[in-house]
Amino acid sequence: MNQFISLFQASIVFGTVILFGAVGEILTEKSGNLNLGVPGIMYLGSIASLIGVFYYERYVENPIPIVCILIALVCAIIASMLGGLLFSFMTITLRCNQNVMGLAFNIFAGGFANFYGGSLNKLAGGVGQINVLATSAAFRTKIPSYQSLGPFGHLFLSYGFLVYLAIFLAFAISWFLTRTTVGLNLRSVGENPATADAAGINVTKYKYVSTCVGAAISGLGGLYYVMDYMKGTWDSDGSIEGLGWLAVALVIFASWKAPRAIWGSYLFGMLSWAYFYIPELTRSSQEIFKMLPYIVTVLVLIVVAYQHKPDNQPPNALGLPYFREDR
Amino acid sequence: MMKQKHRKKEPLFRISKNGFVPLYKAWAIRIGALLLALVVCAFIIYSITKLNPLKVYGTMFQGAFGTNKRMWVTIRDTMMLLCIGLGLAPAFKMRFWNIGAEGQVLVGGIASAACMIYLRGKMSATAVLPIMFVCSMLAGAIWGFIPGYFKAKYGTNETLFTLMMNYIAIQLTSYFVALWENPYGSNTVGIINSRDKFGWFPPIFGQMYGLNVIIVLVLVVLIYVYLNYTKQGFEISVVGDSENTARYCGIDVKRVIIRTMIISGAICGIAGFLAVAGAGHTISVSTAGGRGFTTIIVAWMAKFNSFVMVLFSSLLVFLEKGAMEIASRYQLSDYVSNMIIGIILFFILGSEFFINFKVRLRQRFTKDKSQ
Repeated sequence: MNQFISLFQASIVFGTVILFGAVGEILTEKSGNLNLGVPGIMYLGSIASLIGVFYYERYVENPIPIVCILIALVCAIIASMLGGLLFSFMTITLRCNQNVMGLAFNIFAGGFANFYGGSLNKLAGGVGQINVLATSAAFRTKIPSYQSLGPFGHLFLSYGFLVYLAIFLAFAISWFLTRTTVGLNLRSVGENPATADAAGINVTKYKYVSTCVGAAISGLGGLYYVMDYMKGTWDSDGSIEGLGWLAVALVIFASWKAPRAIWGSYLFGMLSWAYFYIPELTRSSQEIFKMLPYIVTVLVLIVVAYQHKPDNQPPNALGLPYFREDR
Repeated sequence: MMKQKHRKKEPLFRISKNGFVPLYKAWAIRIGALLLALVVCAFIIYSITKLNPLKVYGTMFQGAFGTNKRMWVTIRDTMMLLCIGLGLAPAFKMRFWNIGAEGQVLVGGIASAACMIYLRGKMSATAVLPIMFVCSMLAGAIWGFIPGYFKAKYGTNETLFTLMMNYIAIQLTSYFVALWENPYGSNTVGIINSRDKFGWFPPIFGQMYGLNVIIVLVLVVLIYVYLNYTKQGFEISVVGDSENTARYCGIDVKRVIIRTMIISGAICGIAGFLAVAGAGHTISVSTAGGRGFTTIIVAWMAKFNSFVMVLFSSLLVFLEKGAMEIASRYQLSDYVSNMIIGIILFFILGSEFFINFKVRLRQRFTKDKSQ
């Protein structure tokens, strides 16, 4: 039972990182913009929050938890929105190929984040890694006295507030897309921008806003990664990049429906940590087990394509630039 | 009244499509973008290091070509990048988003390393090289075939499929690294066969990396001819431009997709062979080192022309080596090179817009003209 609880907790922590990424990406993709730069956006969100909080904790004797949280949130959102803005400018205004731009963006943002992450590690005093303990603790503050509720408390209430924010955002985005007029307009832009344009919807504006807001949400995944998953430290081993790609895959897994991404993300988390809880694995066979989430994604891709349900299809104009004078 | 209201809404920029752009003009725009990028990077380098940017670019040049050895390392890495790019070109020309070069290179590398480890002492050092070549090619081909097959058969999304294949290949590499680790507990394979150099490329004309250059340059010509002067190459471009047209004129689209992905994967597998037998003599998850992603941009910018790819891959490797030299000389983190490369890529990608579209500022209109 204890093992199961700790596996469950680990999967939720893992899943929340990619859930933020996937929810942001769903919003972006619904406008017809395929942002492959999610890993890069996550990089930006994580490093910006880390930098902001690092300086705050360095210059203030007793950091106040709520201020720490606010600084981290604001930094992460601004940085990832700037990333989204750059991506939007290149793909919407300059009409670059979205895949190529996304990959170039990842190279840039990965370099940017690891460069400053490395510098921060050095600033923090040589050998030791940078550690923003106060903020990380603030982000991991749990609901008081959750332990008194037994396994239920451990399973569902033992997380920082971002875990619940991610679930809330997933439902909110889903409500926004399916139950509001603006959401309907947004979906029409993603399905057929020319028709939307003819109906008087400002395609460029919709694409810009949804890509930037989507990037901000994805950036929160980076924030959660660095503050909770990594417990306030920086490691330039590129694991956040792998998580970012999983977030892109999760969008397909959830077939562009945010609520489905919730359990999908926790499933991915469980598959990724499964090797840790299976007894008597050698180090080499552990590596084979770590393939699981990727293999499952591949299988889902095949099954979704095989069924070919109209419900599960990507937005029709996904990945295509829109130019009014084109036929 | 109505007219005036209408006028106010005229946008600041007017964008229209460019028809035919002469080649010299397109290249002038691209080179202009590159120069602009270098100026912007100079400012960034200056703001980080407070050094004279011109001197820094001099340092970059030294880092890439300063000594004979450095120059050959630069050439070796260019060939590696170029080889992957050549592998990607057929797939991308077919509009098949093969993001999986990273994985295809890794499995090629695994196959080569396996040959080096298991065939040692069982045959002569010259006989093993062709075997390694074929094995890596086959491994890469299989890794390319799988997404190609499902794309052709069920229309799976190839971008994500190939991407996931990367991570499966990375885990497979970790598995073999753990299996072959040497010395025990180091979690690395170490230099394979460092004593008798079994399965290493022999030096040609006294150059250690001579064979890399020869293999890749042969591939450059082959791919150029294949894409431009053969029936299969023509089929690829028809499928890429319009699948319906291809079907209409009797091209078996599924077959073309699968065949092209096998070729694409096989060449990436050869790149893995080069990386293991011709460069690193070891295998690790960083054997491909993100090149699979970088080369996509190389292939895209070169419009899948293999000779232009030579230019772009040399440029990127030069920038990478140069930026790494800056990093080590001024004690910065290596990652600064990725940042600089990213910025330069943004500019070059953005420049395409000014080739394809015409931008005009809002005309300052005179009132009497329309009235």
